[in-house]
Amino acid sequence: MTISTSMPAAVAQPPSTAFQHSADFTPRYWLFSLPAVLIVAGVIVFPWLFTLYMSTQDWKIGGGPEFVGLQNFAELFRDARFIESMGHTAYFTILAVVLPILFGTAAALVFHREFPFRGLLRTIFVMPMMATPVAVALVWTMMFHPQLGVLNYLLSTIGIGPQNWVYDPGTVIPTLILVEVWHWTPLVMLIVLGGLAGLPREPYESALIDGANNWHMFRHITLPLVWPFIMVAIVIRTIDALKAFDTIFVITQGGPGTASETLNIFLYLQAFQFYKIGYASAVVVIFFVMIIMLSLLLLYARQKSKWDA
Amino acid sequence: MSSEILKPTRRALLRNAAALGALGTLAAPAIIREANAQSSFNWKRFAGTKLDVMLVKNPRSDLMQAEEKAFTALTGIEVSSEQVPEQQQRQKAMIEFSSGKPAFDVTMLALHVQKRLSAKGKWMEDLRPYLADASLTSPDFDYADFAAGAVDFGKQADGSIDTLPHFIDFWMVYYNKEMFAQKGLEYPKTMDELVAAAAKLNDPSKGIAGFVSRGLKNANIPVWTSWLLGQGLETVSPTGKLQTDGPEAVWAADMYRKLNKDYGPPGTIGFNWNECQTTFMQGRAAMWLDGIGFATPLEDPTKSRIVGKVGYGVTPAGPKAHHSALFGDGLGIARGSKNKQAAWLYLQYMCNKGNQLAMIKAGAGAPGRLSALSSPEASAGSRFPKQYFECLAESGKIARAGLPQIIPVTEFRDVFGVALTNTLTGADSATELKKATETFKPILEKSEQA
Repeated sequence: MTISTSMPAAVAQPPSTAFQHSADFTPRYWLFSLPAVLIVAGVIVFPWLFTLYMSTQDWKIGGGPEFVGLQNFAELFRDARFIESMGHTAYFTILAVVLPILFGTAAALVFHREFPFRGLLRTIFVMPMMATPVAVALVWTMMFHPQLGVLNYLLSTIGIGPQNWVYDPGTVIPTLILVEVWHWTPLVMLIVLGGLAGLPREPYESALIDGANNWHMFRHITLPLVWPFIMVAIVIRTIDALKAFDTIFVITQGGPGTASETLNIFLYLQAFQFYKIGYASAVVVIFFVMIIMLSLLLLYARQKSKWDA
Repeated sequence: MSSEILKPTRRALLRNAAALGALGTLAAPAIIREANAQSSFNWKRFAGTKLDVMLVKNPRSDLMQAEEKAFTALTGIEVSSEQVPEQQQRQKAMIEFSSGKPAFDVTMLALHVQKRLSAKGKWMEDLRPYLADASLTSPDFDYADFAAGAVDFGKQADGSIDTLPHFIDFWMVYYNKEMFAQKGLEYPKTMDELVAAAAKLNDPSKGIAGFVSRGLKNANIPVWTSWLLGQGLETVSPTGKLQTDGPEAVWAADMYRKLNKDYGPPGTIGFNWNECQTTFMQGRAAMWLDGIGFATPLEDPTKSRIVGKVGYGVTPAGPKAHHSALFGDGLGIARGSKNKQAAWLYLQYMCNKGNQLAMIKAGAGAPGRLSALSSPEASAGSRFPKQYFECLAESGKIARAGLPQIIPVTEFRDVFGVALTNTLTGADSATELKKATETFKPILEKSEQA
């Protein structure tokens, strides 16, 4: 029996480049990719191009569009309500990401340990996440009522005076954050818990032999190993917090006054209350650019946090 | 002469017959038309037609939907209706009418918000030709039975009738009669007396507010305009000039601030009608200014702690005038509908005297018809006391539009709503109103030019 020493043609070829693959782009290849290209063009590319087009028009529903160039963008940056809403969005997003991440990670560390009724308590802990945001918002609205809400009653039982919660411009955003934390901490907990479950035991055994205490093990082993999972949670929470609308709209409608008016609420007002489609489209374009920049930053951070990075 | 009657000659008989014939020729059409109309108005002439109706979600729409079977039995017209929540219905109407081909034949308009928009966009069919056509309008429809104020509200500036004003809402003051009796107070006759009464009734140590009204931006505008009507002014003059930063407007804003801030419950800055209603219903406020359409739960023992203690007071007189802020809904036919005549039968039926009476009897709001408002049947067996109906009737006499009849009503409510809310956190009323007027003026001018 003779063993051939020649390599198969495909193996013998040097690593191919995209350019060399162009020979494979037969008409049949394009035919198969056409549906996907059409769908992407129809549902992603076209809406974006159309939004860009609308952002250059003075267009109110019921009237015709009129080209105004970049005037909508210039007006936006002179609009005090828009600037204020950007500030509210940043304030809301930072708190709505940081606090659930902290509490969710802490909860994951607790639920990672063995203790009686752990399964039951973990199920109870994740229940808020299953609730519909609008229903959650309605229930919290009733609880926040300054005179009749249960929260002020509970505070009174421990000797604390009544609070105005969402009915005060000074406390409205922190109170909305309270709802966000309650609603979304379980999600962070589940993601981090998944990460903890997959951690190897060997580094801990080595650390114990070397005399490390719990804090050292957490700081130098657990946290670095679980960090990629925390980064995933940060990305998901940031996207969620930036697009938060339903809870805020149901509870405050952006009020009192404009104290909780985030970009989404501002956008909703312009588009669906005042029907200023051109102006609202300009808001969308700015918001899109901000989200793209933030997403790239977060994805870069996530890439850096990978174990093998 | 007598002999001629007793023994008529052939010539006399012919002459009299000719005279009778001539008289008959002249009078017959009117008599026959009337007789036919009364006895045989043809409700079935559009049998087999299918109507699409878009309603706003509220108890009045529930009543209308309950009547659809009876309407179909009478006319043979099928009805497919949907109820859409108020805000979404306004958006849907705007988008569908702008498309030029609305998917519905009939819809409701909030006259206080959509009236001018409707005129500008030529949304609705003018109902005047239908009303004038005896073959299309049932003789017992009686358009003259609608209250004059409601009819004016439903009419456009050019006289066209876009909608039938089937529901009207007056702003008035709900008050807790028990609290008033405890303090030995009578219901105030003037706005100044109202402020004085609120001061006496306010007791924060017992969790009782002297007065409650909407503080939330946008929703708070009718509170301010109610006080402004007491100065005999609306926010926009008939010539389209803003009257929002003069001394009268500032006085009304100061009233708004004083009552909400000094005598209102904590957190009133974020209150819409529902928070006000809950506060009043739980016996935590002595007075509540709002629409009479929110009365139903107050007399429901499963929801209210003050059943039987609620007083219904007409908005007190202001320094210069006495008015009740008026709001309302109209029912109309889309101009783009292909079933306009069948839709007109639907409108007639849903706004007939019986159904308007049913609305008030069910506590679903105040109908536009005088016969329903003044009917003894309305109060007989009603859960509401006699005072409720008196308040309705009296408010109807002094009603005046509660919101400006302009195109950008929503922007108006937003801009001035924020200004009023700012006064509750210590801002000066005059400064806030001036700033809001400057912000809104170009918006109004642009809308009028478009």
